[in-house]
Amino acid sequence: MSTTINTPAGTPFVEVTREFDATPAQLFKISTDPDLVTQWLGPRNLEMTVEKYDVRPGGSYRYIHRDDSGEYAFRGVFHTVEQDKLVIQTFEWEGAPGEVCLEKMTLEPTETGVRLHQQSVFPSVEARDQSIEYGMEHGIRDSMDRLAELLAKGA
Amino acid sequence: MSVDDEQLDRAFTALGDPVRRAMIARLSRGPATVNELAEPFPITKQAVSRHIQVLETAGLITRTRDGQRRPCHLVPAALEALTSWIDEYRLETERRFRRMDALLQTVREQEQ
Repeated sequence: MSTTINTPAGTPFVEVTREFDATPAQLFKISTDPDLVTQWLGPRNLEMTVEKYDVRPGGSYRYIHRDDSGEYAFRGVFHTVEQDKLVIQTFEWEGAPGEVCLEKMTLEPTETGVRLHQQSVFPSVEARDQSIEYGMEHGIRDSMDRLAELLAKGA
Repeated sequence: MSVDDEQLDRAFTALGDPVRRAMIARLSRGPATVNELAEPFPITKQAVSRHIQVLETAGLITRTRDGQRRPCHLVPAALEALTSWIDEYRLETERRFRRMDALLQTVREQEQ
């Protein structure tokens, strides 16, 4: 199952495509049931609390990630919800208020499973690039930490 | 210490600073001038030049001449060595999808 990520230069878009060995109904269920969403959304080693996850047109959501360095809260509103097919929602990290992304998720049945297509539209090219760079910097720190752990063990 | 060890040491020392890590992340998107690299940071141009020098000595970046501009580039070999870090965005996305795979397996089993 290979993942395609497109981040065309000079645009505020991120497009992700991935196939799953499941039916659209199953994928829709784990994407919208709050008890199931907590089991996959958010990076490793982060505790996640879902305060609200009301997937219906006009419904809203808010969840919080916690680690040693603090809390990160995210919120948004569900704009369009079509069972087993489509969810359009807003997404905002409360640490950068006003930088609201628009996210569209479509589920499409294939011969062997279901194809997930996610399109994120950031408020600017800069906001998109910063978001991706933050992930990279986090990754560099993560790798440095892992290296430090290995060295501490005398590897 | 071998030459390789010294090089690796310099690379890790260079990356031990948040400003220099941010510069590397910026350069992973393409070349940039000193002024462009300095833009996000509230530090003097001299401090930025010192950071760039540390990255250059560590063999992580090079500078070329393009008319009046002297843009900085990531060294392709260094870029390759850093791939697993620079691809973190991709890795995190893939980890999330693997967690979804595992959960879908459970859902399938429950439905049977």
